[in-house]
Amino acid sequence: MSNLAIDAVGLGKSFHLHTQGDVEIDVFRGLAFQVRFGECVALHGPSGCGKSTLLRALYANYKVGEGNIKVRHRDDWVDMAAAEPRAILAVRRLTMGYVSQFLRVIPRVATLDIVAEPLRLRGIDEVAAVREASRMLARLNVPERLWRLAPATFSGGEQQRVNIARGFIADFPILLLDEPTAALDPVNRAIVAEMILEQKAAGKAIVGIFHDAEVRARVCDRIFEIEPFKVAA
Amino acid sequence: MIDTDSDAPLLRVDGVSRYFGERPACLDVSFDLWPGEVMGVVGESGSGKTTLLNCLSGRLRPDGGRILYGTRHQGAVDLYALGEAERRLLMRTDWGMVHQNPRDGLRMAVSAGANIGERLMAVGARHYGNIRQEAVDWLSRVEIDDARIDDLPRAFSGGMQQRLQIARNLVTKPRLVFMDEPTGGLDVSVQARLLDLLRGLVSRLDLSVVIVTHDLAVVRLLAHRLMVMRHGRVVETGLTDQVLDDPQHPYTQLLVSSVLQA
Repeated sequence: MSNLAIDAVGLGKSFHLHTQGDVEIDVFRGLAFQVRFGECVALHGPSGCGKSTLLRALYANYKVGEGNIKVRHRDDWVDMAAAEPRAILAVRRLTMGYVSQFLRVIPRVATLDIVAEPLRLRGIDEVAAVREASRMLARLNVPERLWRLAPATFSGGEQQRVNIARGFIADFPILLLDEPTAALDPVNRAIVAEMILEQKAAGKAIVGIFHDAEVRARVCDRIFEIEPFKVAA
Repeated sequence: MIDTDSDAPLLRVDGVSRYFGERPACLDVSFDLWPGEVMGVVGESGSGKTTLLNCLSGRLRPDGGRILYGTRHQGAVDLYALGEAERRLLMRTDWGMVHQNPRDGLRMAVSAGANIGERLMAVGARHYGNIRQEAVDWLSRVEIDDARIDDLPRAFSGGMQQRLQIARNLVTKPRLVFMDEPTGGLDVSVQARLLDLLRGLVSRLDLSVVIVTHDLAVVRLLAHRLMVMRHGRVVETGLTDQVLDDPQHPYTQLLVSSVLQA
C-alpha cells in the first residue's frame, strides 16, 4: 500500500513501576495498526484500555517495548519506536502534530507566540507565522484581547482551543488528536469537527480519541477497537 | 532548530571517565551532540554531572576517553590533544560557559558594557564605537535597560547579573554553550523569565547547548534530549519528553515521581 501514513506492527507496551512495588502493567501486546492518508481513525475501547498510550507511542512520547511504528516522513519511513531523537524531532517538526488534552503552558509566552511556534521552528518568517496564528485563533473564537496574554489563566475551553490552533497551524501530513473537543461548547465543537474534515479532504492522516459520539460519527471513517489486555489463562 | 541534514556531530563524547582518587566521578560517558541540539544532563548532587560538564568544556582533563569537537575550519579535533593555547582559543571564540553563580562568569569590578565588550576584544574587535554599540544591542536582547551600561554588575539584581553573563557569552556568537544550573540561584518568577529568554536565544541563534541542572522543569522547556546520571554513570538517555513522561530506569522513575506538583 503506497498510501500508508502509519504502519505499526507487533506493538507491545507495559509499564514497569519500579518505585511502586515493582508492579508490571501490561497495556497491549501484538498490536497492529495502520492509517492511510485521507482517512480519520478513532481509537476506541473502555477506559484504561490504552487509547492514550497508543496515541502517545505513535508520537514517541511513550516508549514501546516491542514492535515498529513506521511513519511516512517526506520520501522516507521513520520508525518512531527505534529512531534517534533527532530523527523523531524532525518527524515532529515536519510531519506529525499532536494535540494533547491539556496545554502545557510556558510561563510568560503569549498565546500568539505559542500558536505561531510550529511555523517558526520550520523557518517561516515571524510576520507570516503571526498572521497565520491570528487567523487560527480568530477561527476558533479565541477573543483577540487574549492573544497577547500567556494562557495560564484561560478557561479549560480556551486553553484547548489554543492547543488546537497550535496543532493545526503547521499543516502536518499526520495529526494525532487526544480528545480535541472534550472541553468545548457545541459551537466550537462544530468548528473543530469542520477543521478535521478539511484536513482529511486535503489528504491528511488523522488518528484521534473522540469521547463525543457525535463528533466521532461526523469525522471518522473507521474505528480501531483496542481490546482490553487479557492475561493468558 | 535542529539541523537534521548535517552529517557530522558538533561534539562527540566517547567513553569519558574521570576519577577523584579511587572514586569515579563520571564513568564511561558517550554521546553525540548535533548542531542546534540542546542536551540536558540531570541527576542529584554528586551524580557526576558537573564533573562531566567540566571535562566537556575543556576545564578538566578526563582520565579516559576522548572528546572530539567539530571545528569550523579543521574538522574534528581531539580536545585534549590540542595544546593549552589552542584549547583556550577555542573556548574563547567558539564556546560559551554560563555558570550558576554569575560572579564566576562576570568580572565584577568592570562595567556591564565592559563585561560584554571584553569578550569581543578577546576575539579581535578593536573599534570602540562598534564594541559599545554591540554591547547596547546585547543588553537589550537580554532585557537590560541600556542606561545601565556603565553600572557595575554588583549593582544588579541576581536575575540581571545572570542575563548579563548570558550576553557576555553570546556576544561572540559561539556555536556551543555549556550551562551549569543557569537558573539555580534565582527566585521562581525570575527563573521563568530567564528560561523564556534562553529558550528564545537558543533557537534564534541555533546554538548547541549542554545544560546541567537538577531541575526537571528547566530541561522540559529547554532540552531536546536528556541524559540521567547517577553515581557517575548514565542510567537513561533519550528524548526529553519521553524520559520524563515514560521513564524506564528505577532511578529516573524515582526522580520524576519525586517532583512536587505546585
